Order: sequence, then C-alpha cells, then structure tokens
Amino acid sequence: MTFLFVKDLQVSFQTEDGLVRAVDGVTFDLEKGKTLAIVGESGSGKSVTSQAIMGLHTGRGVKISGEINLDGTDLVAASDSTLRSMRGNSMAMIFQDPFASLHPFYRIGNQLVEAVTAHRKVSKKEARAEALRMLNKVGIPNAEQRIDDYPHQLSGGMRQRVMIAMALINGPELLIADEPTTALDVTVQAQILELLAELQAEFNTAIILITHDLGIVADMADEIVVMYGGRIVERAGLNELFYQPQMPYTVGLLSSVPRLDSVGNRMLSIGGQPPSLISLPSGCVFHPRCSAMNAGIEERCKSERPDLRDVGEGHMIRCHLDDQERTAFATKRLAEVFIGE
Amino acid sequence: MTAYVTRRLLTGVLILVLLSMVVFLVFNALPADPAALTCGKSCNPQVIAANRIRLGLDQPLYLQYWEFVRAIFVGRTYGSGSATFECSAPCLGYSFRKGEEVTPLILKALPVTLWLSMGAFILWLVPGVLLGIYASRRRGRWQEKVTLGAALVGYSFPSFFIGLLFLFFIVIRWQLLPYPNYVSPFEDPVQFLQTMILPWLTLALVFMAFYVRLTRNQLLETYSEDYIRTARAKGLSEGTVIRKHALRAGLTPIVTAAGLDLAGLLGGAIIIESIFSLPGVGKLAISAVVDADLAVITATVLLAGTFIVIANIVVDLLYAVIDPRVRLT
Repeated sequence: MTFLFVKDLQVSFQTEDGLVRAVDGVTFDLEKGKTLAIVGESGSGKSVTSQAIMGLHTGRGVKISGEINLDGTDLVAASDSTLRSMRGNSMAMIFQDPFASLHPFYRIGNQLVEAVTAHRKVSKKEARAEALRMLNKVGIPNAEQRIDDYPHQLSGGMRQRVMIAMALINGPELLIADEPTTALDVTVQAQILELLAELQAEFNTAIILITHDLGIVADMADEIVVMYGGRIVERAGLNELFYQPQMPYTVGLLSSVPRLDSVGNRMLSIGGQPPSLISLPSGCVFHPRCSAMNAGIEERCKSERPDLRDVGEGHMIRCHLDDQERTAFATKRLAEVFIGE
Repeated sequence: MTAYVTRRLLTGVLILVLLSMVVFLVFNALPADPAALTCGKSCNPQVIAANRIRLGLDQPLYLQYWEFVRAIFVGRTYGSGSATFECSAPCLGYSFRKGEEVTPLILKALPVTLWLSMGAFILWLVPGVLLGIYASRRRGRWQEKVTLGAALVGYSFPSFFIGLLFLFFIVIRWQLLPYPNYVSPFEDPVQFLQTMILPWLTLALVFMAFYVRLTRNQLLETYSEDYIRTARAKGLSEGTVIRKHALRAGLTPIVTAAGLDLAGLLGGAIIIESIFSLPGVGKLAISAVVDADLAVITATVLLAGTFIVIANIVVDLLYAVIDPRVRLT
C-alpha cells in the first residue's frame, strides 16, 4: 500500500472578499524514503497543501475535502486529537524562516524537550538526553552548551538545524520541508540540504519538499509536482520533468532559471502575474500568461478546463495542446535559453 | 544584568529627586502664604510670624527644600527654645490643619489603599486576561462581540457613576450590604469584606475592559506568528499552545499596563475612596487639597510618584524575565 496518497484534495477559505479556492483537486502519492518536490510561485497552493496534510488549517471558514491517507489513516476525516497525536510524531514539518519559527522566549533545549514529552511518556531528563542526541545528530557544535541557548543566540543555519532536530526527534515517517533553505545563505543552504538527505537515508523518511527553487529540486527530488493557481499542472519524475517538460508553465519556469552554463544569455521570464485565487481565469488557469496558446486552440483554453491527463509513464499534465504542439514549444523555448538561438 | 538594574535604580532616584523639587516649588510658589495657612480663624500676625520662623518658612527656598529632603532621612526639629518639637525620620512635614506629623497620617492611610488596590487588581486582571483569551479564541463570532461589548460598557462608565449605582441599589435600596465602614481585615474580616467588595468591583469593572481588549489583541497578533504554527506542528495541545506559547509572547504589554495601573491606584484612588468613605491615601489627598494642607499634598504627590517610578523599574525588570532578548541590553 502506498505510504502517503493525496486524492482530489480541495482547500478553500471563506474570506470577506469571497471564497478563495487555494487548492483544487490535488492528487499525488509518495513512498517511504522518497522525496516529492512541490514547485510553484507564491499563491500556487503548495504551502496550503502541506499544511492541510499536517492538519494545521483550523481557522473558521476553512473547507477541506478529498482524501489524505497517511499509512492507512485518513487525515481529512481524522479528529483533532488524532491529528494532534500524529503531528510532530508520525509527521513533522520544518518551515521557511528559522528566525521566526522558534519561540524567542524559550531555550532551544526546552523547545526540543517539549516536542518529546508531547508524544512520549518519558522523564524530563530522558527527554533532554534525547534532545542532546538530536542536536549532535544535526551537527550543532558544542551541543552540550548550545542546548541552553536561546534562539537569538544562534545563526540562521543553526536555527534551521534545531528546527530539523525538533521535527525529526520523534522519528516521523513523513517530513514536510516548506522552503527550508529560502531564508538562508547559499553556503548554508547546501549544508542543510545535505543534512536532510543524510537523515532521510538514515531514517527512511518520506519528504515533501516545497520550494520555488528548481536547483534544490534537481538535487533532492525523486518526483516533482508543479502547481499553478491551486492546481497541479504537471507531475513527473525528476529527469522526465527536467529534460522533457510538457506544460508551457513548466517550460516557462525552467527557462526563467538563471544558469551559468547556458550558452545563450537570455533568461526568459513568464509575463503577467500569478492569478488571484478569488477570481481564477476561466478554462485553463494559465491561459492568460500562456505563450504556447495558438489561434486554433485559444477558444478551448479560454473556456474549457483541462483535466490532468497521462502523457506517458505517469507523466501527468494539464494542457489542451497536443503532443506535437507542446514538444515544439518546449524545444523552441529551451533552445532559445540554453543554446542561444 | 547587574549594571542594567543599577542603572535603572539610579534613574529612578533621579526622577524622584526632580519630582520632589517640582512639587516643592509649585506649592511654595502658590499665592497662598503657607504660614498664614497654619492657623485658623483666630489668627493674628504675631502667630503667623512665629509659625513662619518655626517652620523655617523665612529661609530661602533652596534651604527650605534642603531641610525638607534632609528631614526625610534624618528627621527634623521644628522651632527653637522651649517651643520645639521633634519630627523623626522619615519626616514628611507637619500638618497644622490636622495638628499632626504627615508621616503617621500617610502610614495610617496607606494600608487602606493597599488593600483596595490589590483586591481590585486581582479582580480585574484575572478575569480580564481570561476573557481576553476567550474572545481571541472566538474571533469573529458572537461570543467575541458580546465579550468585547460588555467590556466596553464597563469601560465607558466613569468610576464614580458605577460606584454610586452600586451604593444606591445594593446598599441603600436593596440593603444587601451594610453601609461601608472600613475596618482592618485583622480586626473584623467580615465587615472588611462587606466594605471592600463594592469598591473592588467598581474599580475592577472600570479597568477590566482594557485588559480584555489588550489581551485579545495581543493574542490575535501572536496567533499568526510562525512559532505558534511550530508549536502546533509539534503536536502540542491547543491549551498549551495558547498558554505557554501565545500568551507568554503577548505578555509584555499586559505586564506594562498592569504595573502602571496598579501603581496609579496605590497612589490613591481618590474618587472611589471618597464615594465609599475609605480612609485611604486618596481620601487624605483630596481633603488636603480642600484644606490647602500643603505638607500633606506634597507628601501624597511624592508617594504617588514613588509608586509610579518603582512600578516602572519593576516592569522593566519583568521584561527581562519574560523576554531573554532584553537581558542582553
């Protein structure tokens, strides 16, 4: 049985300005020890998806439907107390900003101890020993002294290590890393990613990596989900996606990455703005920004919502263009960027 | 940390010195002749002149101030020859109106104000913060609106109005409580409580609303902090998340407000003490003002100032206890 599968997940928020469909029909699955990357711009629904898995959408006016199945437990239907007992235990999360994610008033040791005692009946002393063990494991130097530091006494990279220690302290089988390196220096980014990969190999953890950085994706991911306007627009294995992107949005993302090794010196941005989730465009949500759309198909793109369909070996896309048109567009666009034609 | 505390204490002392100078100057610059105020209707110029010398009012102002400050620390002897009397330290002056030294007057009034303030403080702070938490948890629902609305009603009425309503209905109309008559709680606890309950409630109602709103606003702000999300992601119970993580983070302004409000009350709750005839510092101050009893006015103003200064220092030190980041500076 699949370790984690998400089926037709819908998350909407009732706001004063109207109903926000933050996530619409998201479907994917993930095995233990594997990494799934969710890629997209701000507001594409990637963080909302991950927080839905963690059961962190508790406010009023939130509506979640569909199915999230983690190792046999349906998290959408689960009670608050079930979710609570799983959070930080069988599933854990690390966040983008390690400066804001640790409580500024408590020593890091105490924050780690709290994570242990929330789920295990152990003495304070045992919990502290456990905390120390984890701090050593994530590579905090002088952990014996550092354990009594406050977050503000640590650097950003050290804080993110503490966050990772806190997330993994109860040995979760699923780790969600929401932009774990965005707030860090480039040199520290690499260290943190390496650490995550090491720990994943050791604990056989399934990782959902949320990011907009395709460089990180190339390093870490086994499979990639590209989200746009709350929907999955493309889903494929790592090589497949990087070498044969199909959906014009993914092609746009890949051509907007600055690269040192590209012969062409062009970096193509995707024109326009990400859509407002309150008033999504009709038809294909990407059509207002899509440069692959041609006269013959325009009508369809504007009126008919494309379904997620398989274009070969689990490579799923949401696009009306036929194989030939897509391939032609992708080849031309990537050639412009990488070869400079 | 020690340096920080020392610095704070020194500034506190400096502020008190300045305050005492200003108070002393203001009251001595009044058009009223302090010496003329020392005797009643059967006054004649000889008595006034004699009193002027006895009280040292013939001296230049800076010498008078010096004597005043010195008396607080080492006491003072008024007059000369056979007509002297001793005012032992801490001597805050002599009230001719009352024919008493000021220090015992204050010491007698202070416990009343202390009881009044402490009781009211607990009665407004605990329910205020709890209701604030409740309102924040029910954000956008009718419970929040009712809580905030009710709090606002208490806030909108002046304390003398609520106090008089209580007095009129509960004591006079329905006779649920005897007329307030202050006794020490060690003497007659029942009568003490019967006397204090209405003033406590009045003050609590007036002050509580502010704390409901403050707590709610603080919590709503902290709920959206990343570390609250982390606390939830750890699997902590909602109660722990609110109590240990959110409330702690939002505590600083609540502590500030509570400290200063308490200090303000300790300096004398003039209106409430007058309505419920509590012989506290506020009552002492207001009757001193009515009688133009300069020595007592000076002492009560200084006392109130001292409480505010102390409260400020205590609040600053509590910041460091609450927020480790403050300890560095």
